[in-house]
Amino acid sequence: MTVATPRDLEPQLQQPLQPKGWLRYFSFSVDHKVIGLQYLVCGFFFYLVGGLLAGAIRTELATPLSDFMPRDTYNEVLTLHGTVMIFLWIVPVVNGAFGNYLIPFYVGARDMAFPRLNAVAFWMIPPAGFLLISSYFLAGAAAQSGWTAYPPLSLTTPAAGQVVWILSVLLLGGSSIFGAVNFIATVLKMRRPGLKMMQLPMYCWAMLGTSLLVVLSTPVLAGVLILLSFDIIAHTGFFNPTLGGNVVVYQHLFWFYSHPAVYIMVLPAFGLVSEILPVHARKPLFGYTTMVYSIMGIVFLGLIVWAHHMFTSGTPPWMRLFFTIATSFIAVPTGIKFFNWLATLWGGKIALNSAMLFSCGFILNFVFGGITGITLAQVPFDIHVHDTYYVVGHFHYIVYGGTVFVIFASLYHWYPKFTGRLLNEDLGRLHFLLTFIGFNLCFLPQHWLGLNGMPRRVAEYDPTFTTLNQVSSVGALLMAISTLPLLVNVVVTAFQGKRAGDNPWNALTAEWLTSSPPPVENWKGEAPLVTEPYGYGRAQEPKAPTLEAAR
Amino acid sequence: MARAVKIRAAITTALATASLGLTGFLVGTRVNLLPVDASTNAPTYDSLFKVLFSIGTMLFLGISIVLIYSLVRFRRNEGELADGPPLEGNLPLEIVWTAIPAVVILFVGIYSYDIYDRMGGMTPLDHGALHHQHAMDTPSHTMEAKSMEMPSERVWGGIGPAIDTGVASTSSASGAVLPVEVTAMQFAFIFHYPEADITSGELHVPLGQPVELRMKALDVIHAFWVPQFRLKQDVIPGQPTVLSFTATRPGTYPAICAELCGPYHGGMRTSVVVHEVDDYQTWLQQNRPAPSST
Repeated sequence: MTVATPRDLEPQLQQPLQPKGWLRYFSFSVDHKVIGLQYLVCGFFFYLVGGLLAGAIRTELATPLSDFMPRDTYNEVLTLHGTVMIFLWIVPVVNGAFGNYLIPFYVGARDMAFPRLNAVAFWMIPPAGFLLISSYFLAGAAAQSGWTAYPPLSLTTPAAGQVVWILSVLLLGGSSIFGAVNFIATVLKMRRPGLKMMQLPMYCWAMLGTSLLVVLSTPVLAGVLILLSFDIIAHTGFFNPTLGGNVVVYQHLFWFYSHPAVYIMVLPAFGLVSEILPVHARKPLFGYTTMVYSIMGIVFLGLIVWAHHMFTSGTPPWMRLFFTIATSFIAVPTGIKFFNWLATLWGGKIALNSAMLFSCGFILNFVFGGITGITLAQVPFDIHVHDTYYVVGHFHYIVYGGTVFVIFASLYHWYPKFTGRLLNEDLGRLHFLLTFIGFNLCFLPQHWLGLNGMPRRVAEYDPTFTTLNQVSSVGALLMAISTLPLLVNVVVTAFQGKRAGDNPWNALTAEWLTSSPPPVENWKGEAPLVTEPYGYGRAQEPKAPTLEAAR
Repeated sequence: MARAVKIRAAITTALATASLGLTGFLVGTRVNLLPVDASTNAPTYDSLFKVLFSIGTMLFLGISIVLIYSLVRFRRNEGELADGPPLEGNLPLEIVWTAIPAVVILFVGIYSYDIYDRMGGMTPLDHGALHHQHAMDTPSHTMEAKSMEMPSERVWGGIGPAIDTGVASTSSASGAVLPVEVTAMQFAFIFHYPEADITSGELHVPLGQPVELRMKALDVIHAFWVPQFRLKQDVIPGQPTVLSFTATRPGTYPAICAELCGPYHGGMRTSVVVHEVDDYQTWLQQNRPAPSST
């Protein structure tokens, strides 16, 4: 494979289709960096939408009575909150935004393998998102059966809203598959000559594993949702027990995607943290090889644990044994990663900046969520707490305390690359403090509530649980407030922030070996060959190919 | 000199590990996060909870302490440009932190499976339910799917009678299983006692007698949960399930629907009343349908 010089690419890159300046972010641009930022900003918009919905839920739950909104509206709100946060915020941002921005740099390419497919994948998201939200206004009612859409409930709630929900999730799943195909092809086939797989930054491995999961499991979700839509529209009986259908089959097929979906949300975050920690601790990533194997171990195990979501659904005993053991064993490769990160920090020269604070917050939150995850994997334990607030607390520790914290860490780390300006550290620390306290205040009490008798997805509850629910709501309010310093920081910095220079962190990975923001072709000259992305602490060797050497 | 440092490090590590283990054990066994236990399953469940809580506390505290210590001890000074040592891995260390969690996980998995077995999760379900086939007298009979009318009904899942029924065998007068038919619908549980021909909106059971709930759903999936019994079972349309328990503490406990079933899901709750044996007989007498009502 030869590396094309910028001159060869010139005609393609100067298409009239792509406006200059800020307008290109609203165009069908094929530049992976533009697409990455499109994903990021679009995702953040839906994070605010999902956050508003979460605020509505916590307001309703501030009192034990169902008195803030009608009960069916409450079910619409919780369904939309789950769907928006998973499919429109976390999955697109942690995969699409950072994957598209960083992967071509890491493999030494000038763009993704299929740039047009990439743009198509992004442009499926805004219509799907607006379709989903507008279903409340257009179809008369949004979906009310939770993000799991279990039949027969999803067959009996208002049909139009449910069908729009299915259509929207199908579009988002399709976008996710297009993206995954692109990542697999880029990592495997677009590497710069001389760059070996075991020299790639860890995020490439994480995205390779994640994309394999997407390609293997998302089509199953698409299939089962199409069958569900047949049941709703054409009154077939796949999942309708009165027509001889089997509702548990739906659950098997749904969770065959939706458990791996947890790893689709979490593995890229593991990859991003593996990039951030070495830079700010000034030490190589500890245990590179075991990190790679543990990612692949999580991918394999992640595909064979889905039935732990169904321990109370009448699964046969042998299945419960198998899924308990398989689920528990995910803790082993996951544990390896956490021990490796701690060893990366140990003895380093740690800069306690916002990116590092959010990364360490991620470690604490995720370890806690991982431990409650192990307890949930045990069948007898799960039988008591399944479908309670214990589960709500657990998965928010994984997806918010885990992945969303990493998204914020990544924002502080890569914002200088995106814009050429450093985010304000004081506002960043304030953002971290508010988020960390608010998050733990919101979700820690929910574990006790679940253990003591509060089921999930309820608009009313036993008045003895009032105090802790109010504590949780105060935490949610703090989380809402915490977005203000972030928004101010991002907007003000974009215009008046401190200039970052090309490589403010003195990092060694390839995205920093060019200007900030980078040119359309990523590097002015040939792509640098980075064989040691984590070669910190080798004073006698040249740290990295300099810009001059790369030319 | 170097030897002395090594020994001191080893002693520090051993002491830290021991105190961490002790703290975890004390927190796990002394801190109670669970509601009152009111069935034979509950103490079994609580012993598993204590083990998991102890291990979890040790792990979480250990990792938090190492993390926070690192952030304080290895913090970069202002303006310092040097890198840390180029440590890229340590195979023996990595093998240790792969092997120890694997062993712990295996132990936890086997232990929890033993607990599950003792709770009755592995008991074959079909025989118990098949012997007690009664004609359904609930008004919903005609609405049932065809499969419900078949003579021998398949039980799809659930929890059988607990093996560890020491309490039950000593305190129960009859020892026989009390069958109760549970019908779940939007948004209520209906309990039918086939032997006494009583239909009730609350579940009344005698202390110490094994109870077998045979559960059916009419419309959507519901789940029957009594937190004080530590038991939950989905009630799935078209797939009858069974839930067995023996109550051990008199009182009134909530029975909660735990699966999203529609707008009034949060209001779908009733009570389980555990009576002393004599009180239960009184309740039966008071609620038995009048025999003269022909």
